[in-house]
Amino acid sequence: MTNILIIAEHQDGKVKKYSFELASKAAELAPKLGGGVVALLIGGSSAIDTAELGKYGVKKVVTVENEALKFYNSDGYSKIVCDVAKSENASVILGSATPMGKDLCPTVAAKLKVGFTQDCTALDIENGKLKIRRPVFAGKALIDLNFQTGVQVATARPNSFAVKESAVNLVAVKLAADPGNMRAKVREMRVAEKGEADVSEADVVVSGGRALASEDNFKMLYELAHVLKGAAVGASRAAVDAGYISHDHQVGQTGKTVNPKLYIACGISGAIQHLAGMRTSKVIVAINKDPEAPIFSRADFGIVGDLFKIVPALTESLKKVLHD
Amino acid sequence: MKIGVLLKQVPDTETKIKLKADGSGIEENEIKWVVNPYDEYAVEEALKLREKNAGSEVVIVTAGPARAAEATRQAFAMGADRGIRIDTTGVSIDLYGTALILSKVVLEEKFDIIFAGKQAVDDDCTAMIQFVAELSSLPHVSPVEKFELGADGKSATVERPVAGGMKEVIDIELPCVLGCEKGLNTPRYASLPGIMKAKTKPIVEKKAAELLGSEGLRVTTAGWALPPERATGKKIDGEPNVVVEQLVKFLREEAKVI
Ligand SMILES: Cc1cc2nc3c(=O)[nH]c(=O)nc-3n(C[C@H](O)[C@H](O)[C@H](O)COP(=O)(O)OP(=O)(O)OC[C@H]3O[C@@H](n4cnc5c(N)ncnc54)[C@H](O)[C@@H]3O)c2cc1C
Ligand SMILES: Nc1ncnc2c1ncn2[C@@H]1O[C@H](COP(=O)(O)O)[C@@H](O)[C@H]1O
Repeated sequence: MTNILIIAEHQDGKVKKYSFELASKAAELAPKLGGGVVALLIGGSSAIDTAELGKYGVKKVVTVENEALKFYNSDGYSKIVCDVAKSENASVILGSATPMGKDLCPTVAAKLKVGFTQDCTALDIENGKLKIRRPVFAGKALIDLNFQTGVQVATARPNSFAVKESAVNLVAVKLAADPGNMRAKVREMRVAEKGEADVSEADVVVSGGRALASEDNFKMLYELAHVLKGAAVGASRAAVDAGYISHDHQVGQTGKTVNPKLYIACGISGAIQHLAGMRTSKVIVAINKDPEAPIFSRADFGIVGDLFKIVPALTESLKKVLHD
Repeated sequence: MKIGVLLKQVPDTETKIKLKADGSGIEENEIKWVVNPYDEYAVEEALKLREKNAGSEVVIVTAGPARAAEATRQAFAMGADRGIRIDTTGVSIDLYGTALILSKVVLEEKFDIIFAGKQAVDDDCTAMIQFVAELSSLPHVSPVEKFELGADGKSATVERPVAGGMKEVIDIELPCVLGCEKGLNTPRYASLPGIMKAKTKPIVEKKAAELLGSEGLRVTTAGWALPPERATGKKIDGEPNVVVEQLVKFLREEAKVI
């Protein structure tokens, strides 16, 4: 009997939605190992509200609060994950494919010298070992992989697994962990852009392409995004390269991979490298004046027309229906 | 300074991926091979660092079959000095194995700093940096958008983008492994003299099988698949107010996403 350790993430004292997704999936798999789900949260000294994790099948929450760990640190965090995985008898360690998880989980696996896969869109356990499916070639193909090591580490792509309630009695413990020697240290957090949602996390992404023609015109997309609460603004590489918006917003093969429930592409032609980053969106809407634009072949709903007319009309219409 | 660059040859991002008839992998015949786009940022950053530190050299390290030497030559044409190719022909190898053989070269060469891409755009593995760094007992940061060598020459300050427009400003000890992200720099084009010289620069070959020893696979491939094609949806045009109304109706009543 072994357990599944999930690395839960948090912001402003609240657990992230993708960590609930991970908890739900882990709770479904844990019986196959004869064990349960243990969640680990690492952070600074301010409190994190972990109670909700119990709703999604987590039986034990381990919280490490240490001012030295206020910011993510690959040495310190990975040491703690390895230590906790051992003390909690975990054979499967799961994180989310986020900026933190994508760095922390492979570091943990490398320390343990065990198998690892990033960004899985399907996870299962067969004969006591993890088997996964993940996109490769930016989603142009899928690969199925089987783990061969005693301990197995993987990250799951956000928005790939549904949150499912399965209440258990949650035990919460605080751990005073030793982060050890930290050779790379965050000196400060710089705010490049305040308060805007991140494309890789948002449920709805509104993206603009070269057709937006200026930084100023991107405001139109922000207005639409703000009406669709929590939506993030994305962009094609052409828009980023032209300087209309920063690279943080680029969606595609050399940008971010997004997996929202709704993706609205405005004035984006649909080049293969762009499609690579957004093809798994549940619903794709395209607005383009060229009826032959390749993006239409991927769109669930396409509007042939001028985005400078369509987008403001859409914002107005949504304001009415969503706020009635 | 002795500057290492980990460089991978990958299919061009335009490539249409086809699976082999027996499903055992992808069809490689019609592929155009290029330097992994992120590795170009790594080469550029290495060259910039060499320019600022007289007497430095830039060494390209790649693990791959014979064709991979071409990618090293492309880095030579940009200005890199010499190369090491670990020949993986006929060797069944996974992430751990590749990281192990790369780290053996990293340790042998005693690099002062190692630049790599944040991700290879073929298997999108996004873990090589962390594995190579750990197996070489070096610290790492990835992805890196800004790099500055410390005045002491033994440390660096880098910037790493995290969620929602936030950047971590990180101090790191050298030697270290850094994963390069778009935005770090603008890779230079190969110059004509560069291309001429590239032919004469040395690539030392090593054998993956020897470096790997008896190391087994930690993760094995069970199969490949192509993603399901999306059914083509509706496409409409007309007056903005009319089409928008239809869209909103679709999103609320059919797709139920808002
Ligand atoms: C190695 C490599 C990596 C790459 N990585 C990425 C990546 O990560 N992400 C990415 O996006 N691209 C990437 N690209 C670039 C990609 O190939 C395309 O060049 C890019 O996506 C084009 O952006 P676009 O659609 O905004 O511009 P365009 O292709 O110029 O398309 C603009 C579209 O806007 C439409 N339009 C114009 N005016 C209007 C209007 N008033 N109303 C409505 N529609 C209008 C046009 O019909 C056209 O379809 C990469 C390329 C390479 C070689
Ligand atoms: N076979 C390889 N040979 C040399 N460098 C590699 C190899 N595979 C990956 N890398 C390096 O590691 C980076 C990250 O790749 P990955 O983690 O595999 O997505 C790449 O951008 C390269 O710099």
